[in-house]
Parts: sequence; structure tokens; C-alpha cells
Amino acid sequence: MTKLEFPGSALTTDQWTQVNQLATSLSHEQAIWISGYFAGLSHRARANVASTDVAELPPPSQSGPAAASATRLLTVLFGSETGNSKTLAKALVDNAAAKGIQARLADMADYKTRGLKDEQDLLVITSTHGEGDAPQTAVGFFEFLESRKAPKLPQLRYAVLALGDSTYEKYCEAGKRIDRRLEELGAQRLADRVDCDVDYEDAADAWIADVVANLAPTAQASVSAPATTARSDAPLSTAFDKKHPFQAAVIDNIVLTGRGSTKETRHIELSLADSGLTYQPGDALGVVPRNDPLLVAAMLEKLSLSADTPVTVKQGTISLGEALSGTFEITALTPRFLDHWAEITGSDELQALRAPDQKEPRAAFQHNHHILDVVSRFPAPGIDAAQFVAGLRPLQPRLYSIASSLAAAPDEAHLTVSTVRYTLHDVPRTGVASGYLAARTEADASIPVYIQSNDHFHLPDDDDVPILMIGAGTGVAPYRAFMQEREARGASGRSWLFFGERNFRSDFLYQVEWQDLIKNGVLSRLDLAFSRDAAPKTYVQDRLRRQGRDVYAWLEEGAYLYVCGDSAHMAPDVHAALTDIVAEHGGLDRDEAGAYLSALQRDRRYRLDVY
Amino acid sequence: MDAKTQPDRSRDVSQPLDKLGPDETLKANSDYLRGTIKQSLADEITSAVTANDAKLMKFFGIYQQDDRDIRDERRRQKLEAAFSFMARVRLPGGVCSPGQWLKLDELARNYAGDTLRLTTRQTFQFHRVMKHDLRSLIQGLRDVLLDTKAACGDDTRGVMSTVNPDLSKLHAEVYALAKRASDHAVHRTGAYKEIWYGAEREETDGPEEPFYGRTYMPRKFKIGFAIPPSNDIDVYGQDLGFIAIAPRGKLMGFNVAIGGGLGRTDQSPKTYPRLASVIGYIDADKLFPTIDAVMSVQRDYGDRLDRLHARFKYTIDEKGLDWIKGEVERRLGFALKPAEPYTFTSNGDPLGWVKGEDGREHCVLFIQNGRVINTPDHPMMDGLRAIAQVHKGMFRVTPNQNLIIADIEPKDRPEIEALMKEYGLDQFETRSGLRLNSMACVALPTCGLAMAESERYLPDLVTKIEAILNTYGLKDDPITIRMTGCPNGCARPYIAEIGLTGRAPGKYNLYLGGGFHGERLNKMYLENVGEPAILEALDKTLGHYARDRNPGEHFGDFAIRAGYVAEVKEGRFFND
Repeated sequence: MTKLEFPGSALTTDQWTQVNQLATSLSHEQAIWISGYFAGLSHRARANVASTDVAELPPPSQSGPAAASATRLLTVLFGSETGNSKTLAKALVDNAAAKGIQARLADMADYKTRGLKDEQDLLVITSTHGEGDAPQTAVGFFEFLESRKAPKLPQLRYAVLALGDSTYEKYCEAGKRIDRRLEELGAQRLADRVDCDVDYEDAADAWIADVVANLAPTAQASVSAPATTARSDAPLSTAFDKKHPFQAAVIDNIVLTGRGSTKETRHIELSLADSGLTYQPGDALGVVPRNDPLLVAAMLEKLSLSADTPVTVKQGTISLGEALSGTFEITALTPRFLDHWAEITGSDELQALRAPDQKEPRAAFQHNHHILDVVSRFPAPGIDAAQFVAGLRPLQPRLYSIASSLAAAPDEAHLTVSTVRYTLHDVPRTGVASGYLAARTEADASIPVYIQSNDHFHLPDDDDVPILMIGAGTGVAPYRAFMQEREARGASGRSWLFFGERNFRSDFLYQVEWQDLIKNGVLSRLDLAFSRDAAPKTYVQDRLRRQGRDVYAWLEEGAYLYVCGDSAHMAPDVHAALTDIVAEHGGLDRDEAGAYLSALQRDRRYRLDVY
Repeated sequence: MDAKTQPDRSRDVSQPLDKLGPDETLKANSDYLRGTIKQSLADEITSAVTANDAKLMKFFGIYQQDDRDIRDERRRQKLEAAFSFMARVRLPGGVCSPGQWLKLDELARNYAGDTLRLTTRQTFQFHRVMKHDLRSLIQGLRDVLLDTKAACGDDTRGVMSTVNPDLSKLHAEVYALAKRASDHAVHRTGAYKEIWYGAEREETDGPEEPFYGRTYMPRKFKIGFAIPPSNDIDVYGQDLGFIAIAPRGKLMGFNVAIGGGLGRTDQSPKTYPRLASVIGYIDADKLFPTIDAVMSVQRDYGDRLDRLHARFKYTIDEKGLDWIKGEVERRLGFALKPAEPYTFTSNGDPLGWVKGEDGREHCVLFIQNGRVINTPDHPMMDGLRAIAQVHKGMFRVTPNQNLIIADIEPKDRPEIEALMKEYGLDQFETRSGLRLNSMACVALPTCGLAMAESERYLPDLVTKIEAILNTYGLKDDPITIRMTGCPNGCARPYIAEIGLTGRAPGKYNLYLGGGFHGERLNKMYLENVGEPAILEALDKTLGHYARDRNPGEHFGDFAIRAGYVAEVKEGRFFND
């Protein structure tokens, strides 16, 4: 690359010299990678600033490992039950400051764990609760640290001060757990852990003096840790797609709905690490499911066929068991299968349903019968594997709106999935893909996925534009991604979420996250409709109407409008409510109001993602 | 006092707010407890209120709690904790009419999970009330002339009064004074009416809180009236206790006891339970000036920097009992007379039927841990409702969480008895002396302080101890046992003969040697142990007691004589 002109006061002369040296040595690809890397650093630094309550944060240029003239970043992290750890942590920060070492004070209660991998020197002070448990406010941090989500920390140096009470069997266990786990993650110990009893003061003071002395000589040296290079190895485009899905490891798979809920809605976190897959908030994840093994077994039994029977499909010859598990749809009854089975069995009842005037009975029959029910009720003795699969259609992937942003959860995609469960003919049934996802809870589970971009449901390019988000149930998923993205970007545009579900106590999906977003000002307004908490039932469209004046004002100010969720009821009901709102507050008749909304859709300011 | 003994005033209300604890600033800036409670109640995205509003709502008898059984589960589910509220009624002396009972019953069924709880301070608590139901609940109480004012918070808690039903006339007299004392000492802020009844704010002539000022008391302040020989209210556990002096049944005045307090904080040796000190005697007509004088000394000199050290007992031990007494007398304008003699014999309840001096009858019902609830075997709540529908007298909640159906005309007794039989409320005769003298706080899952089970566990533990008692023939001997889920001591465990305070799930400190009628603190015998160790220790000590006790000797006295624990002579030495 060519030499560059000195840009003036933005950098010191020293920094400029280093940049220039680097610039002249880089290949084109390296330069592009570095520019992205620094942009990422700046983002993260901003996120860190937002997450701490201490003003003495080093300027962003010092917080990244590759920054020029770097001092090491020091964080004092405490987990406190009664306030003792917090007091000691503050004393440690003061003590370090007296030695000229700036430290950031952080509470495990609100520590953003995704920042852990960027820490350089970490001093941990934690008490123990009950029998070896973490302090209650720090349980989330411990869970993260001790989970598979915790990153490797080879660049980290650390020390732990453990507070406890020796009358308990598991004395200082919380501190021991952290000490052990950080070592496992590859971090290097700065000083041995010290365990303190109820009379902790002297031992704690000594430890503080010790670690500060350990830090002092190196803290000011301009050591810069090697930048991690993993990201640069990732290919820019990916080979994974619908035909060649990526096996994404399941990081987390939990039920979001609280006890007493009438639903089972899950939060599933998948790792995209080393896949090269990227996405925008609003995009969908394609999931390639497999059929329920119990259903496959039942089908084979009804057909009196063995799983080992070879069968030729498009991809070649495979076992019938595999074909029924991963190649064909074997749940919902299609017209094609109905025709096929009527031919094979010659059943009068099935034949009758094929008549042109039997449309409605035929639809009702399809609704009330799965393939298994038909196979059970209308047996075809002696049928062979090829005959059977000839009536089946290929198993289709399912799309789910991604509920996360790469800016907040790098290398991950989160899904919000309502598990479909019901009983038909006294047999419990599950949705093909939702049941498949719900069952993927074992430690080494993985799921074949690909990215389905969804251009019409992306955020506005302009971060200043206000957005109105309307969603019921799992329709809230993309808005979680939107908010994560806007928070990471530091977007200034206002945002307003209308969310509906059944019961406040059990079904307020991601409740704590929305509360935090409101507190941090990332989400400006939140309106809720819980249909089963009180009579009369309240839905999102009712809340929209109640806020009609402000909704209209937002639209007039250029807000983008997003609607996500059920296409049969919610989307038309919301559209009707919007029409009324525009008519009432815009002084228009219904046709004009309809035209107003059509114009919004044409301008791509009214966006739907319904299913 | 002379200039040389000027007390240290660096931690009291004379200091600017920034030199005091954060709660003082919160109170001072709350606009007389209004805070942002209205906004918190209206906030639909959470079933909680803000942390500051939660603190202020305590002054209105309301605690924010959450279901700790599912706290972790919900955190993982990204749901906030299952918040609800405990509301505590202000019920001086524990007296309530059948009409009030029926309303309390109805409110409990509508808003509080079909259960009522009788407390160790003679009142009712509603649990698991949702935020959006609080106003309906409190307005329902207003309909029967009850409120929840000051049932928690830095002010006077519910005023207690001995219930001894056989002394009807004296009880009526002392109860009337206790009720007046509660009305006298309760806060005056208009915030209560505005927030809970939806009233408009009224202009006040002069200060809104003439006694308290903007920062109220440094900490809670408990007042109680005992009528010897019963010490059912545990008068030595009150910040300000009055012991009725009534020669020949005629009320003359009160001995004044100050500085009791049975709470302590885990792992904080500077905190300790302390029994109240009797400082003298006043005639009955000096009661209200005395309340004002004592409370104002604590208001002005109490520690407002460290809430763990803010109760009146610490003020007294810091400044010295004599100095405090002198300051009280200075404010009163006269010296207290020497204390009159009195004798306590028990702090328990006389269970079963009692005939009063006026010929009316009273039945003291045993309510295990104060829990009024229907179970498939014992439809207690339905039974008490049925009684309230026909009862013409009153109900009294005892400080041992039992319930008296009081003032029954002899001709009405058969009807009440029939209902008691129908609903299985007449089983008090069959229980052991230990169970009848047992008491537990609520603890898990709703109390935010609890470190171990209490109410849900003590009945089972007592069953196991009863097996030991049966072995040694002690089933009918009254022995006090009290359990709390944490060291704060809501069920007054530190004056029980057997005290248990929670340290961790399944782990308790075991205390022995408390005075049977509340006259002596107990002492820790075992620290942080589980059930097997507790039962082993009780088997050993109770067996020894059965063999070697002197005639009439209580278990607590024996535990000291036999050398199991040392006698605690003053609260300051409790932790030694």
C-alpha cells in the first residue's frame, strides 16, 4: 500500500508513525480485515462504557489488545452478598489508583459477560453463599463462567480473593470455583488465591497489597498482547446453504415460559463458530429437522417394514429408517399421499374423498388425520418400501426469525420457538421442527442450519429513524435482534415495542431483557397485552388503538413499522387497528387511511414477517 | 448532664444527610413517603416496584417479596422474579371484630392465595398479593376501619398488648390505651390516603409530620403492654415496654422498660439481642408524654449511619442507660419513680376454655405457626369464617400466633363449640407441651431474608422431637421452641428454651437456656448444624433434664444449671 498523509490531531505523531509502518506492510486483504477489526474494537469499547458504573474507564484506544502504546486493562470484579466484597473491591481500586494503576470496578450482578474475553488483568473478589453457592446477585455470572459458553482466556491474568465462613463445609467455595475455572480456561494466575474467614480484614488487605505490587511493574509497560487471529481465518463467504447446512452446536436450549404457562416457548442458542455464516437482524435461520424417532418407529411397525430395508431416493440408496427420519415428510397428510394411498389400498372411503365435489370433507379429513392415522386405519398389507415413499414429499427445512444480533452475540444465532404439542386421536403429537428442536437438549447436540436472508425485514439503514415493532408470541424474536443491534451500534432512533401473549407472569418472553433495554433507553416505549390475565381479553391491536394518537405521530415522524407473528389473526387485526388509527388521527376516511398504509408499504416503511 | 459527657452526635439526625446512611436521604427526599410509589404501581412492565419505593412502602405495611423457590428457575428463563407483596394490618393489641374477620377472610380469598397469617406481633399478614391488587386490598380494609399504616418501616410498629382473657376489665383498660398509643404514634402523612385510596392531596396546616419530621425514626420502634403475670408479649423484646401495675386489679400505672430488641445480623458480632431494661414507674396519666419522650430520644440520638446499629438498644448501650434515662426525664420534666414489684410466670398462652371474671367465656385456639388455611383434613379457614358469622364477641390474636374467640356469653358457648367440633378446631388438648409452645416465622419461600426453612419445617421437626419427649415422659411439659429462617429473629428465638435460627438450607444454630417466661436470653449451643445433630443434642439434654431436674424446674433453667450453656446476663455478652 502507498504512504499516507498525516491526518493531523486525530493521532499523535508516534501513533501515526506506527500506523504508517503497518499500512505500508499490509496486503489489500489484510488492510480490509484490520479496518473491520478496529471498527469492532471501537464498538466493543462503547458497549463497555455503557455497561459500567465507573467513570474512570481508560479511553477506547487503550481497551483493545492491539492498541498502540497500550497499558494493560485492569478490572476488579466482585460478587457480593452483604457488601463486604464490594467494599474490598473499592478499596482495591483505590489502592491501585494510588500506585498509578487505573482499574475498572465491576459487579458480577450486571457484568456483561461477552466482555470477558477482552479482559487482560482481572482481580476477582467474591463471597460464598450458603453451601458453596455463588452470591445470589452473581449466580448468572457463575453460570456463564462455568458453562460451555465461557471463552478461552489465554491472554488473561487473574487473581482471586475468596470470602467465606469456616463454619460451613464448603468454605470459600465460590472463590475456589472461579479460581479453578479461570485456570481451566487458560488464564494465568497473578497471585495465589487467598481464602478469608469472617474476620477477613487483615488477610484481605495483605492480598490487595500483594496483587497491586504484582501489577505495578508491568502495568505501565507497553506490552501488547497478541491479537487473536481466529476471526481472520474465517472465510468471507460461506459454503453452507439449504442443501449443505451447517451443523450448529446447541449452546443453550431452555424453556422461556414460566411454570403455569399454557405454552412451551423455548430459547435456543446455536453456535455458528467457524461456519463463516453471517446474518442481519431480521434474517431467518433455516432449520433442517429430522422426524421424531418414535413416529418413525410407529410408522415402520404399521407398515410391517424393517428400518434396514434399502430404498432408493434422489440422493441414492439408503435405509428406509433413514429415509423416514431425514428425507421425507411423514407427519402432515398431503393430497398427494391421500391419492397415493387411495390407489394402493383401493379403500372406498379414501376413493370417495377424491371426487371433485368432496373438497370440504377432504380438507376436514386431512386436518384430522396424519399420515400415520391413515396408514393405521387403511392398512396396505405387503406394501414395499419404494411404494410407500413414492407418496411422500421431501422433508422441508423450517425458517425461524433469528432472535439475536451478531453485534451482541458474535458467532451465535438465537431462536425463539414455540413447541407445538397437541393430542390427536388420543395420541400426543409434536410439530416436526419445533419438536425436533425441543428435543435437542443433550450436551453435544447440534442442528443443521443455514441462513435465509430476509431483506424486507431489516432495520432502517439510518439509525436515527424511529421504529415501531408489533409482535405477538414468538413474533417478538426479530425485535430482540433489532434491539441488540441498535444497542451495539449506539443508534439514537427511538423504538417502541407492542408485545402480546397470554399471561404476564409466565409468558412475558425475555421480560428481564426488555426491562433492561427500557432502563438503558435503548427501547423507548413498551406496551403489553396479555389476553388471559383479565376480561375482556386484550390483544396488541387493542393496545395500539389505545395509543393511537402517539402511534400516528410516530408514523408522521417517519417511523418504520414492523409486524411479526401470526398471519391468520394478528396481522389482519393489527392492520385494521392501524387503519382506524390513521383514519381517526389523520382525519381520513377508511379508503384514504388504507391508501396511507399502502403508501407506507410501498415505501418499505411498513414491513411484515408473518407466518 | 455536664459538658464533659456531651454524647457523640456524629451519627444522628443532627448531621447533614450526606453524612448519614442512604436511607435517610431517601426518606428526606420522599415528600413524606410518597416517593414514586404511584408511578411504580402503574408500571405495567414489571410486577415489582422500584427499590426505593419498596423501602417506602414498608411504612405502609407492605413488603415486596418474591417466590424464592422459583427465583433461579425464572432468572434462567429471562423472567423477573415472581414478585408479590406481603401486607400487614395495623391491629393494636390483636383485637378484631367478627365483621372485620369476615372482611379479612374475604380479602384473603380474593387477593392473597386463600390464606391469612397471624403474626408474632398480634396481627394479620396477607401474602402473595399482586401489585395490581394492593389498592383493592387496602380499600377493603378501610371498609372495616382497618389500615396497614406503619406495620413496617422506620416508625412505630404494631402496638402489642397482653390478651389474658380472664382479667376482662383490666385487659379492656390496657387494650384501650394500647390502641390509643398506636393512633398516637402512627405517622400522619397524607401519602397513605393519596396512594391507596386515591384521595386528592390536602393542604396541611403546619408540618405534615409534627413528631417524626422528614426522616422518621432511625429504625423500627416497637411498643408493647404486658399485664403480669402473663408476659405473652415478651415485654423485654420491645423498644418500649409497659408493664401494667394493677394492685387488686385496678390499673395504677406502668413500669417502663426500654431497649429490648431480639434481632441480630448474620456474621456481624456488633449486633446482638438485648432484653429491655426496667428504668422506673409512671402513673397511667403520664403514658403519652412518656411515649413521646422515649421515642424522641431515640429519634434524636439513634444511629442513622449504620442501620445494623440503629435500634434503640444500641443507642442505649452506646450512650449509657443512665444518660438515656436522664434525657427521658429531662424531656418529661419529672423523674421516674422507682419500679414497682411485679411477677411474670409465663410467656405462653393458656390454651382451651377460660372463664373471665365477668362470667364470659373465651376459647384460646392453637394455630400452628399462625397459619390460617384450609387443608383437606383441616378446613380451619372455613371453620373460623363460620364462627365469625355467628360470634357476638371479639377475636384476639395472641403474640404466640394463636387465636382467642373472646367474650362469649355462656348461652352462646354450645353453638361455638359445635362449630369448633365440626371444623376440627378443638384438638388443642392432644398436642404436646412443646408443640403448644412452638413458634416459627414465615421464612421460605416468600421472605427475602430467609436462609433456611422455618414455618414449613418446624412442625415436622417438632414431631421428631416429640418422639424424644415421649421416651423421657416429657410430652406434657411446656417447653418453648422457636425457629426463624435467619438470624433476625422475628419469632423471638433468642428467648426460647430451644432456639433455632437458619444459616443455610437445612442448617441451623441451636440455642439453649432461654427463660421460660422471656426473662433471659439463650446461648448458642451448636453452630450451623443439620437435623441429626440437633436431634442428638436434644436427646442428650432432654434425657438429662428428665432424670435430674428439680421440682418445677424449666428446661431453660436446667440447661444452665447442668452446664450445657452459660447464662447470658446482658445482650452485649450474647456473642461471647
